[in-house]
Amino acid sequence: MDAILLQILNGLDKGGAYALIALGLTLVFGTLGVVNFAHGALFMLGAFCAVTFQKILTISVKVKDESVTFFDAYKEVPYLEIWWGDTGLAIIDWAVPLSIFMAIPVMLLIGLLMERGLIQYFYKRTHAEQILVTFGLAIVLQEIVKSFFGANPIPTPAPDIVAGSAAVGSWLGLSDNIVYPYWRLIYLAFSLLVIFAVFAFLQFTTFGMVVRAGMSDRETVGLLGINIERRFTIVFGIATVVAGLAGVMYTPILPPDYHIGMDFLVLSFVVVVVGGMGSLPGAVSAGFLLGILQSFASMNEVKSIFPGIDQIIIYLVAVVVLLVRPRGLMGRKGVMED
Amino acid sequence: MKMFKLSSKDMMLMLVLSAAVLTMPIWLVPFGAGYPDLMQKFAIFGLFAVGFNILFGLTGYLSFGHAAFLGVGSYTAVWSFKLLSMNVLPAVMLGTIVAGLFAVLIGYVSLRRTGIYFSILTLAFAQMCYNLAYSVLTPITNGETGLRVLRDDPRVLDNMFGVVQEGSPVGSLFGVNMQGYPGFYFCAVMLLIGFFISLLIFRSPFGMKLIAIKSNQNRMRYTGFNTRPYLLIAFVISGMYAGLSGTLMAVTDPLAGAERMQWTASGEVVLMTILGGMGTLTGPLFGAVLIKYFENIFSAFNESSLLEIFSFLPEPLQHFVVTIVHPFVGEGWHLTLGALFMIIVIFLPGGLVEGFGRLSKKFKSKPTQKSE
Amino acid sequence: MGNNIVLDIAYVDKSFGGLQALSNINLQIEEGKTHAIIGPNGAGKSTLLNVCIGRIAPDRGTVTFNGELITGKQPHEINQAGVVRVFQTPEIFPELTVLENVMIPAFAKRDGSFKFNAFSLLSDETDIVADAEHVLDDMGLLGQSAHVAGSMSRGDKRRLELAMGLVQHPKLLLLDEPTAGMSRADTNATIDTLKRIKERGMTKVIIEHDMHVVFSLADKITVLAQGMIIAEGAPEEIRGNPKVQEAYLGESTDE
Repeated sequence: MDAILLQILNGLDKGGAYALIALGLTLVFGTLGVVNFAHGALFMLGAFCAVTFQKILTISVKVKDESVTFFDAYKEVPYLEIWWGDTGLAIIDWAVPLSIFMAIPVMLLIGLLMERGLIQYFYKRTHAEQILVTFGLAIVLQEIVKSFFGANPIPTPAPDIVAGSAAVGSWLGLSDNIVYPYWRLIYLAFSLLVIFAVFAFLQFTTFGMVVRAGMSDRETVGLLGINIERRFTIVFGIATVVAGLAGVMYTPILPPDYHIGMDFLVLSFVVVVVGGMGSLPGAVSAGFLLGILQSFASMNEVKSIFPGIDQIIIYLVAVVVLLVRPRGLMGRKGVMED
Repeated sequence: MKMFKLSSKDMMLMLVLSAAVLTMPIWLVPFGAGYPDLMQKFAIFGLFAVGFNILFGLTGYLSFGHAAFLGVGSYTAVWSFKLLSMNVLPAVMLGTIVAGLFAVLIGYVSLRRTGIYFSILTLAFAQMCYNLAYSVLTPITNGETGLRVLRDDPRVLDNMFGVVQEGSPVGSLFGVNMQGYPGFYFCAVMLLIGFFISLLIFRSPFGMKLIAIKSNQNRMRYTGFNTRPYLLIAFVISGMYAGLSGTLMAVTDPLAGAERMQWTASGEVVLMTILGGMGTLTGPLFGAVLIKYFENIFSAFNESSLLEIFSFLPEPLQHFVVTIVHPFVGEGWHLTLGALFMIIVIFLPGGLVEGFGRLSKKFKSKPTQKSE
Repeated sequence: MGNNIVLDIAYVDKSFGGLQALSNINLQIEEGKTHAIIGPNGAGKSTLLNVCIGRIAPDRGTVTFNGELITGKQPHEINQAGVVRVFQTPEIFPELTVLENVMIPAFAKRDGSFKFNAFSLLSDETDIVADAEHVLDDMGLLGQSAHVAGSMSRGDKRRLELAMGLVQHPKLLLLDEPTAGMSRADTNATIDTLKRIKERGMTKVIIEHDMHVVFSLADKITVLAQGMIIAEGAPEEIRGNPKVQEAYLGESTDE
């Protein structure tokens, strides 16, 4: 029982990342009709927003280290610490969550540029061409990041106060041995918050209503005289921000490097397909489900029966779903059924 | 057996191409490309692209899984070297056949869907194979380290025929060492055979039907065609080309690694095909050669060699230019590749063949304009 | 010694969601005859056609062609059995030439649903080319053989559509509104072409709106309204039939 709960928790935060990326993918595919292979790169860029912010915060200067007396020693001291002492250090400590404020405008800008500068020319072109050009873009983006930040993962720690683990077990009245890192719980809560915000936006605003209408029947919306294309830029921007935020907060869990975008991309497409292309609830549910499934598959007991199952379980599920129920768990009938 | 009565145009093409390929060691020298390693790459990737084009170019189905067949071919070839003989013929034959079998399996499943679903299915399969090769099936693939041929491998057939391996094991064709120029010629012959087969396909009713499937698959069905077997055959054929390329990689360098099977590796062959001109007969081959050629050049640059090249510029300008160019070369070759990808897809989706076509039309129309 | 029943549609029902598109359709097509199916918009004509070519499966009922059950079969199997449909919106192969467009169906007819003929050359397929050129000539398109089909005018595309159907020497030709949107001149030309085919004894089912076309060509007319057959008979019977007039007039007063 302990192990199962642990695995579920384990799967949920990874699932949260999948869900957020899949959410953006589905928004773009369902509204704009574009298959965006650069979406994983957006996740990666978000993560590197956090990295950049952290680097900015820790811009340091060489200062004489007074604690070493028998030779002249110098240490790097961040300007923030010099100016604001402990508060400065606290700010640095909270770099990751604070970088959200930087990430949102940056990702929004990136999304705008991408959509206006590239994606909009591919609305009428085939899916294959969309895939190819966004694939190229993904490579360009990741190589640029690689040339600036190097090829190694860059550790971006969570704030000290949440660096430890929570006694989840005792909260739920179960064994005291079940502990789970605070930050991962925070990530789970954060992803749910973002998902909720997106759904609320779609449900309760006029803009959102138009988007939903456009997702279910683009033609009719057009015939009603609503210019849906003007909204595309904003939708794309939202999707970009969501992916970026997912990346920002994930950095303490997985130190980012230039190719995490690609790693998450394949899985995200699989998630979208399993959930049902064009279905937002489907994408989100499938994200969490597959995260948990993958988690269970990495349990030692499972691996002893099916070695290596954790590596391929998601793909197997995708294959089965695509064959048995091509519209996915929650896709609507007729959405690209062949 | 029916004699292939190719048109004289096609015969010319085959002759010219054969001559060009077989004399590569000579005319590539001024381009700095006349050495075996690089020329082998031309042949191997040319073959890969030609085969990929049969699927992607003719039917329009975009597969991200072909790198898996390449990997399967490589691994099979290396196992043949280990278990049977260092002779390349069994390795090549087995590798191609096993890759073909994999293609039947993966194709059968993936082709149950079309369009983007098909692509995602192949993507999923490719990643599955890669993960399996990397960490699960390590007894067969030796995971991260890669599979090598060892001196004390069994090599049953060799022992039966009393063939003795001296020195470190190297692929051989009945005693002819397959590294260096002979290796290139072996690959070149394979390329020419592969190209010839693709030529036949292009000129056959089968080829036309594939193009019709790409044009309007639905209509094909209502016209009485069962499109599934056509697509599966195209898939398997292209998979076998990929497998063959994989075996040739192992022939010229008896090592097989999992990274060849990643789906992003499939991206490279897509680029080659598109750059040259997807669906054209010769385009993919040109694309492959160009990409490999420029990869060779670009990867060799580093900051110091760039500074040297631009030394004719005044210093601040020199540094400026180098800073801009620097990320695109050396390890940054992938950046260039990605950018090239985008440019081609955006501006010249028909590839270089289309580009040449447009240029030659411009030149041809000029005389008539003048005369008017 | 009556006429052979070529197509037998029996007890066919089809509903989409809450909408009953076809109810209890019983219809028999006789060999060699031209049978028109008419009715106001939404009557279910296209649905019926789609059932016959295998695009939609009926909820109930069967369609039998020359004794063979075709409901539930794949589209290509139905075509191979001899049922050929000419599409209303031309579904040609835009990237291929006009000649190639007609060669493809010719191949399907000669080789069946699958043949791996990768070892013959297109240039050797002289019979196929001859067949195709013959049909193109018939339709007045021979001069455009080498043109890319996608660049043809709409009218020409429709003639190409018809050519693609005819080259398969169908046992049953299903025409979906062959003159929809055509000018008077084109319509008359189409009527002439279809009359010529009639003389060769081909069985045809035509869905049409244009009454002139229907009365020029049909041996028998079936009238559908709201998914049901409301009248059936020779053209003269249908012309004066009050129920038919009501079905059409009812439609026009709504507009």
